[in-house]
Amino acid sequence: MAVGPATPSTINAVVEAIYKAQSRRVLATLIRLLGDFERAEEALQDAFAAALAQWPAEGVPDNPRAWLVSAGRFKAIDRLRRTRRHEELLATLPPDPPAADSVETAADILIEDDRLRLVFTCCHPALDADARVALTLREVCGLTTEEVASAFLAKPATIAQRIVRAKRKIRDAGIPYEVPSRIDLPERLDAVLRVIYLVYNEGYSASSGDTAQRLDLAGEAIRLCRLLHELLPAAEVAGLLALMLLQVARRETRCDVRGDLVLLEDQDRSRWDRELIAEGSALVTRALSKPGYGPYAVQAAIAALHAGAATSAATDWAEITGLYDVLLRMAPSPVVELNRAVAVSMLRGPRAGLALVDALLERDALACYHLAHATRAELCRRLGQREDARRSYERALGLVRQAPERRFLEKRLKALEAAR
Amino acid sequence: MKYLCLLYIDEALLDGLHAGTTDQPGAASDAFTSLLDSRGCLVAGDQLQPSGSATTLRPRADGLAIIDGPAAPAREQLASFHVIQARDLNEAIRIASSIPAARYGCVEVRPVRARTLPPANEMR
Repeated sequence: MAVGPATPSTINAVVEAIYKAQSRRVLATLIRLLGDFERAEEALQDAFAAALAQWPAEGVPDNPRAWLVSAGRFKAIDRLRRTRRHEELLATLPPDPPAADSVETAADILIEDDRLRLVFTCCHPALDADARVALTLREVCGLTTEEVASAFLAKPATIAQRIVRAKRKIRDAGIPYEVPSRIDLPERLDAVLRVIYLVYNEGYSASSGDTAQRLDLAGEAIRLCRLLHELLPAAEVAGLLALMLLQVARRETRCDVRGDLVLLEDQDRSRWDRELIAEGSALVTRALSKPGYGPYAVQAAIAALHAGAATSAATDWAEITGLYDVLLRMAPSPVVELNRAVAVSMLRGPRAGLALVDALLERDALACYHLAHATRAELCRRLGQREDARRSYERALGLVRQAPERRFLEKRLKALEAAR
Repeated sequence: MKYLCLLYIDEALLDGLHAGTTDQPGAASDAFTSLLDSRGCLVAGDQLQPSGSATTLRPRADGLAIIDGPAAPAREQLASFHVIQARDLNEAIRIASSIPAARYGCVEVRPVRARTLPPANEMR
């Protein structure tokens, strides 16, 4: 694809576009070739600088990515040669790439593998959990340190330090740059999915602060999961991707114009994104037909039932309750029990649901979780137990941290008192 | 790379295990050690006497103080060490997780700093 007459400004635009589309791939391969994150990052910058210097005169190469990889590797080795400890440092380089690298298709497969290696290395369980998230967003998604910091309401210096420390541990502890072996894969894949879901949840429902949704992070998580699914189409990867797509399909209706939360039953279903729902539902079906599906696929199946119901009243609560039973067997947790209690209340009435919520609270399992009290308040309200409802709303308000949720609870409480 | 695997365990629990007849982590550890040995990834390693037998040396203004007991009093005390040779952290974790008494305590896996010899001309 040799490009015709090139002016510096068109070259700049071409390089910028290639940087956007390919820099993470080039980086992933350079890390493998150079065996070190810092070195690879330097080499990446060197390679793009060389492209800006050489391409205006030489034209854009046929395979820019391969050009950048080999320029980066060359520059890195050159840098090492110029240091005093060059012999010792050169000895730390991984062995020369196999000859297959010169064959286009083999190189392409290898490069996709490199991206997968990068994901597994950044999400290694031996790294601090916060660092995994920051490192993945920085290295795999290509976000700047400042972008990661603003997404997590942290100082850039804090995030930078976290990333530096994680890279140092990768190097010093010998965390390998590889896709885990078959025995370790399920557990390690789980760690990767947890990072993706953490990024997503931070974006979908910020744990603190003023806005209920920070869309860019949810988008990054979905992009990342799509990449992972392309590279490794395991059941739970499909399950998590489906779960996120089905939730995001409702994002426009989750809040009203004032930024206040709207309950699922009150959302305008005509504004749900049908395309995302179709994609998510198809992924759920595929995930559930594969061996090794787990909690993500089951949660996605529940989300698909909600998304597929034409009206709130048409929701298949029996099927949803059954899926929560499956989920509880796979991954028992009080929060799942609470969700199941809500489904039961829709299926068999508020009294049955309230008994389950009260039993949960009696076990002290969710005493500090505002949604447990908010659920109890809602069920009491439906049963006409106003005093109980009021007490539970107040308890929920004492625990809630997010502004839109607080406003929502205050509104419910006010409505309850007005109905007196 | 070399890794040091340190097994920390509640000594009261260890005493109970030694006294009991059902599980003998001591014997199992021996089997583990010889297995590692035969695969060639064990550099050095053994089980330790209880921390009560330890002696700690601590620098003081007037020289070294000799103190009875381990360096840091804690519920979980060092009970065994293994220096292993592994390809990377993943392999080291795999080996460390098969230390038989690992499920009774915790195992710290520490990379051993690669020895960097000063360049030849500086040694002269």
